Amino acid sequence: MKRRKAWVLLPFTSLLLACEGAVLNPAGIVAREQRDLIYISTGMMLLIIIPVMILIVVFAWHYRKGGHGTYDPKFDHSTGLELAIWSAPLLIIIALGALTWSSTHLLDPFRPLPAREGQQPLVVQVVSLDWKWLFIYPEEGVATVNELVVPVDRPVRFDITSSNMMNTFYVPTMAGMIYAMPGMRSQLHAVLDRAEESQGFSANYSGAGFSHMRFRFESVDDAGFARWISQVRNSATALQLAEYRQLLTPSERVPVMHFSRVDSDLFRRTVERCIEPGTPCTSETMAHREHGAGGAAATGEARP
Amino acid sequence: MNDSSLARLVFGRLTWESFPIHEPILVWTFVVVALLGIGLVAAVSRYRLWGWLWREWLTSVDHKKIGIMYIILGIVMLLRGFADAVMMRLQQAMAFGGSEGYLDAHHYDQIFSAHGTIMIFFVAIPLIVGIVNYVMPLQIGARDVAFPFLNSLSLWLTVAGALLVMVSLFVGEFSRAGWLNYVPVANIENSPDTGPDYYLWALQIAGVGTTLSAINMVTTIIKMRAPGMTMMRMPVFVWTALCSNVLAIAIFPALTAAFAMLMLDRYIGSNFFTNDLGGNPMMYWNLVWVWGHPEVYVLVLPVFGIYSEVTSTFCGKRLFGYSSMVYATVVITILSYLVWLHHFFTMGSGASVNSFFGIATMVIAIPTGAKIFNWLFTMYRGQIRFELPMMWVVAFMLTFVVGGMTGVLLAVPPADFVLHNTLFLVAHFHNVIIGGVVFGLFAGMYYWFPKAFGFRMDPFWGKVTFWGWVIGYWLAWTPIYVAGLMGTTRRVRLFEDPDLRIWFVLALIGALIILVGILGFVIQIIVSIRNRKALRDTTGDPWDGRTLEWSTSSPPPFYNFAFTPIVHDQDAWYDMKSRGVRRPAVEYRPIHMPRNTGAGVILSALALVLGFAMVWYIWWLAALAFVGLLAVAIGHTFNYHRDYTVSPQEVERAENAAAGGVP
Repeated sequence: MKRRKAWVLLPFTSLLLACEGAVLNPAGIVAREQRDLIYISTGMMLLIIIPVMILIVVFAWHYRKGGHGTYDPKFDHSTGLELAIWSAPLLIIIALGALTWSSTHLLDPFRPLPAREGQQPLVVQVVSLDWKWLFIYPEEGVATVNELVVPVDRPVRFDITSSNMMNTFYVPTMAGMIYAMPGMRSQLHAVLDRAEESQGFSANYSGAGFSHMRFRFESVDDAGFARWISQVRNSATALQLAEYRQLLTPSERVPVMHFSRVDSDLFRRTVERCIEPGTPCTSETMAHREHGAGGAAATGEARP
Repeated sequence: MNDSSLARLVFGRLTWESFPIHEPILVWTFVVVALLGIGLVAAVSRYRLWGWLWREWLTSVDHKKIGIMYIILGIVMLLRGFADAVMMRLQQAMAFGGSEGYLDAHHYDQIFSAHGTIMIFFVAIPLIVGIVNYVMPLQIGARDVAFPFLNSLSLWLTVAGALLVMVSLFVGEFSRAGWLNYVPVANIENSPDTGPDYYLWALQIAGVGTTLSAINMVTTIIKMRAPGMTMMRMPVFVWTALCSNVLAIAIFPALTAAFAMLMLDRYIGSNFFTNDLGGNPMMYWNLVWVWGHPEVYVLVLPVFGIYSEVTSTFCGKRLFGYSSMVYATVVITILSYLVWLHHFFTMGSGASVNSFFGIATMVIAIPTGAKIFNWLFTMYRGQIRFELPMMWVVAFMLTFVVGGMTGVLLAVPPADFVLHNTLFLVAHFHNVIIGGVVFGLFAGMYYWFPKAFGFRMDPFWGKVTFWGWVIGYWLAWTPIYVAGLMGTTRRVRLFEDPDLRIWFVLALIGALIILVGILGFVIQIIVSIRNRKALRDTTGDPWDGRTLEWSTSSPPPFYNFAFTPIVHDQDAWYDMKSRGVRRPAVEYRPIHMPRNTGAGVILSALALVLGFAMVWYIWWLAALAFVGLLAVAIGHTFNYHRDYTVSPQEVERAENAAAGGVP
């Protein structure tokens, strides 16, 4: 995207860019495209907004009582003008609508991102707890609380759910946000193209501890990532049912925690609401119901 | 039976701990409110006004008095809602770099929930319903609304809802689940306290009032227009009122149903919106936004009508593009049903669904843009008098287009993925609600005030109010847009990044400038009443108006028009004036009018008791109030003395008094 050109086009937003805000200064490819889209759409709309604002001021001044404007109380209809005032916004919206359709499909968080040959996306399972974040790295067999580290230049797939409240999983510099919902699994695909340290958080109010639902986010090169994984693996505690039960208790301002091992089924059981032994998982009850009643049941996922 | 179970039986879960006596802010607020209340009661008693208050106001079915009472309710609740706003601004400006600010989560979360709830349900809705109530029957040449008693009941149910929210300030606590009482936060497991129950009962009671009022207004517009007023001769304000109320009838049942299901979840343990046992919180979000987005248009459409009336009057011109204005209104009405999902693109409905709702949202910008152009070209070749109402129109146009632009930006799903639920969104909806709805309500109040009271409002304090609001708005909300672009989330109580602080300090200053505007308005009302002789309007038509409400005296007699006007043109009164038509002053005829009734007040008082008892699990009282409600409602159907006839002599007396200019 031609960033220079966008700057010239958009004095309003480029002024804000000077603030180095997270949304406008991304480190992830998805976040960058989202930012560019903000610029382009704003620019398209300013094409009509700025002339309108100027006209409002000019007309208000020129046609004030006691001013020099001609007064024509009969002027209340003009087919040509009405055609113009309906078609000008229409044209902008057609263009913006086309852009919306294509960009929404292109930047759909559920859509896997292209990877280099032979490269597998890193999978990170995200659970929003009251009020902290649990990150499980199933392939590496480790887990952390309130710390997310991902490698640069490798697509990452986040599988996201929640234990109780609804939150949004959001790292502004990486990619857009997506809801973490109880009993549902949502997904976000992202790829980082430079190493950076920033913060992620929940953008959806979820009760008393919401303001502290922040986590440390870092993107590192492959070697750094491997180092970090082995560091986590060497920590003292493992994440088993007992530890997870503790995490489920609401708490605030939770420091970073590392778990050397993790129950590989934990995420699925969280999604299916059957953490406690003996509780039926939703897929079982649905299979049972389907079998018994013969009706089709919804799957437990946000997307089949 | 031991003491504690007896207390539980009598008082439900209400105990001494339910009263926040250990919280100084609340105690002082209570003291002030109590003193004001005692002062008011003492004054009314001192001047022996109880009888007058009951006969002339509380039991009134006159649409004009009901309209005025709605507006008073809206203004009083605006003060409460704004106090919440200032508290939040102060907290966010303070809580940086390890500081906790002065509010803990328990209070802060209640304040932002109450702020939104109050501002939408008990400020915006009452003000809009009030203005529609007052103006619309006059504009269509009617003597009252279709169902005068229902109108009184609607008003008092809304008041009962507002009172229940206010009670939650001093007895127990209010919801901490946001202004839409979101689950899972509002589920019984996560909020076992009284907060969500106060919210649900207050809004259910007020919601019945709003629905009934909407039915009333639609019926009135369809059935009671003066002869000759075809649909395409209705003033644009009447059109927008019609569309707004049609919308309200369609959407409020969805909200009522959603709330009813949440009530069942909370009271009898059903599982509509719970996390387990087949419940689904997302269904609640869908249902409340099926109500929520059209609700935006319920509020903003009548305000568009106000702008149209004001622009046309003060430009001294017929509205440019009347029919395209009407079609634009109807198109917005229909499209507004098709956009609710844009409130949660980030739930992950999929690219095609998100695109559909995003593009549908953008399409609304087309008729809205057409409206802006129509006002613009009404100004073109006009002779604009910049009286107070017109100043608000220009401020609105300049402010609202920016809000419209950020709204369309948020409708682009990938952009929404980074801006959703950030302060950018919060700035956007305050931009359209303050810059659109509130500015328009001020324009409307200044425009029709002389009609309602027979004197204009003081222009100097009006300008203080105007500049306070306009400058305050821009200073308070531009920084919030910036903070949102920097990735700051809404409803956050404290911040870590010190770079952000400057924006919140600026926003606080902006809020304080808005406070100047609000105080200016209060002073303006007092000054205007004191100087009413100098500001008196004896013509009934102080602005050189164009629609029928200006054809009668100010304030209008209780029967509005001695003779039902006959309409020949869109701008009916302008047309009459240019043809030299005068109000006839002979051969008055008897007028058929509705009789006042106290049933609305009594039913609403019982509804308030029912709500309070249910919130606190005082089952015996709830049962009693419910039986009382049924008994009074059934009893009222046997009241056959609902109407009376005003004799021609009385009409003549009233007309002569009005012509003398001294009401």
